[in-house]
Amino acid sequence: MTDVTTLDAPAGTRTAASPGLVDGPRGAKPKRAISPRNIMIYGTLLLVSVYYLLPLYVMIVTSLKGMPEIRLGNIFAPPVEVTFEPWVKAWATACTGLNCEGLSRGFWNSVRITVPSVVLSIAIASVNGYALANWRFKGADVFFTILIFGAFIPYQVMLYPIVILLRELGIYGTLWGLILVHTIFGMPILTLLFRNYFTSVPEELFKAARVDGAGFWGIYFKIMLPMSLPIFVVAMIIQITGVWNDFLFGVVYTKPDVYPMTVQLNNIVNSVQGVKEYNVNMAATIITGLVPLIVYFVSGKLFVRGIAAGAVKG
Amino acid sequence: MTTTSTPAATQRPIRLFRNKAAKIAAIPMILTALVVFMGGTIWTVVFSFTKSKLLPKANFIGLDQYERLWSSSKWLIAIENLVIFGLCSLVFSLVIGFVLAALLDQKIRFENTFRTIMLYPFALSFIVTGLVWQWILNPDFGIQNVVRSLGWESFSFDPLNNQEIVIYGILIAGLWQGTGLVMCLMLAGLRGIDEDIWKAARVDGIPAWKTYIFIVIPMMRPVFVTTLVIIASGIVRLYDLVVAQTSGGPGIASEVPAKYVYDAMFLSQNLGQGFAGSTMMLLAVLIVLIPWAYMEFGGRQRD
Repeated sequence: MTDVTTLDAPAGTRTAASPGLVDGPRGAKPKRAISPRNIMIYGTLLLVSVYYLLPLYVMIVTSLKGMPEIRLGNIFAPPVEVTFEPWVKAWATACTGLNCEGLSRGFWNSVRITVPSVVLSIAIASVNGYALANWRFKGADVFFTILIFGAFIPYQVMLYPIVILLRELGIYGTLWGLILVHTIFGMPILTLLFRNYFTSVPEELFKAARVDGAGFWGIYFKIMLPMSLPIFVVAMIIQITGVWNDFLFGVVYTKPDVYPMTVQLNNIVNSVQGVKEYNVNMAATIITGLVPLIVYFVSGKLFVRGIAAGAVKG
Repeated sequence: MTTTSTPAATQRPIRLFRNKAAKIAAIPMILTALVVFMGGTIWTVVFSFTKSKLLPKANFIGLDQYERLWSSSKWLIAIENLVIFGLCSLVFSLVIGFVLAALLDQKIRFENTFRTIMLYPFALSFIVTGLVWQWILNPDFGIQNVVRSLGWESFSFDPLNNQEIVIYGILIAGLWQGTGLVMCLMLAGLRGIDEDIWKAARVDGIPAWKTYIFIVIPMMRPVFVTTLVIIASGIVRLYDLVVAQTSGGPGIASEVPAKYVYDAMFLSQNLGQGFAGSTMMLLAVLIVLIPWAYMEFGGRQRD
């Protein structure tokens, strides 16, 4: 994030992105650093990068300005006077309705939702995937197909039946209700992920363990689990970002005092009462985006690996 | 998405008791699949034919809810918005995603940096995305104001407060968030293309852009299809972004079906309308999904 400010649009290289830009042979060719082709490629990529980075830059810059400066200046200008007050206010005293505890409450709610959801859904999905890959039983594929189809069904179709289900279980409006919902909707993609991974584990290993008398759980804990730590990390990345970023389930299945961060953020920023404090709003927005951003920047390649599978979640 | 690849361990004694642990372990999955996904879906479809208002009640009234739905201007606007948003984001994200992937595939330096930059919005939630773009598109402080202060006084770019173009304002934010993902999927597809194809094309003197259009893209058909399904199922769900960016406004100009359903179910105590709306959403997804599933898993003879 440090190079945000150093990336300026190269003046005069306004080029439209089109496949025609990549003329000429591909692959290793004479190494000439500055050729028209390279200028076009890097120019386009730089321009695109500026477009992608701009919102992050604007968010950070706005959150560090005072309100008077925002009213006078333009949103792309760096702050003249850096102030961290908006951050403090967003965290500790921003109001949603009558409640003025700031985003911290939503943050801790989100933590209390995300941690159990991630643990529970990965525990269930990994055992599921293992059963599907190595201990196939009759009918397993039918259930699995329904599960995968379920990943594509619009959530709206299942919203109300789940309300009834949670009400019957007595956990509607509580954190545990939401955790259960996240576990349910995380299941298709995670099960798919684990099933595909466990299927690729050499069968000889599995057979050898069987000969040695290891059972279902023995093989899972002694062989599969230690072998598949990377895939567990991928699953964690998918779930942490997915659960943290969720809005719909949070707003449907919880009550205001346990709202997750995204819901609270939306209520703070889009509340109609009072004077709009754009710097506080942007500080709150960054704080909410911080957890998935950190996960993203720390996990790097694993995130990319996860999205190919995690994309199904939309 | 290789749902039908045959797992290695099929030849195990299949008797009810031999596999007890596996069956017990699969109970959560079975319950989710049957009770929540199938049961929930069927329940909603059935109750969309009832007069449910505040609470679900089984007094059937045929297609009344659907007639009311399709004569509601809010729903019609929602559908129109979804079609515009859907078509535009499909076309733009596929084209932009592919072009960016092709550019990144030119054995360039800093590839990882560029990819990291293009993909990071995908890690952010739609709420964050919507709020940032609401701020950037703010007429008094955002782009419009900046351009005006540069001297172009009559410049007007205020999509979020203009009923005619508000959906394009949402589209800008949606594309910002989602094209990185498409780029990544496309890049994976491009990397899967055999290097020899490129060599052969070069030997034959075919220009690179022609190779892309006539050889590489047809070869990447499965990648395109999968990406299409992923984008399409995401589009139907479009909800958070609209709520954060415009709350459906100005007026009802940026309503979308998912929001219509939520509002009907949880704000205006009109469950029947919510069920009917969500059933229509399901139908839309099935129209995309069934041909895809058929192609992917039905026509096995391809491989």
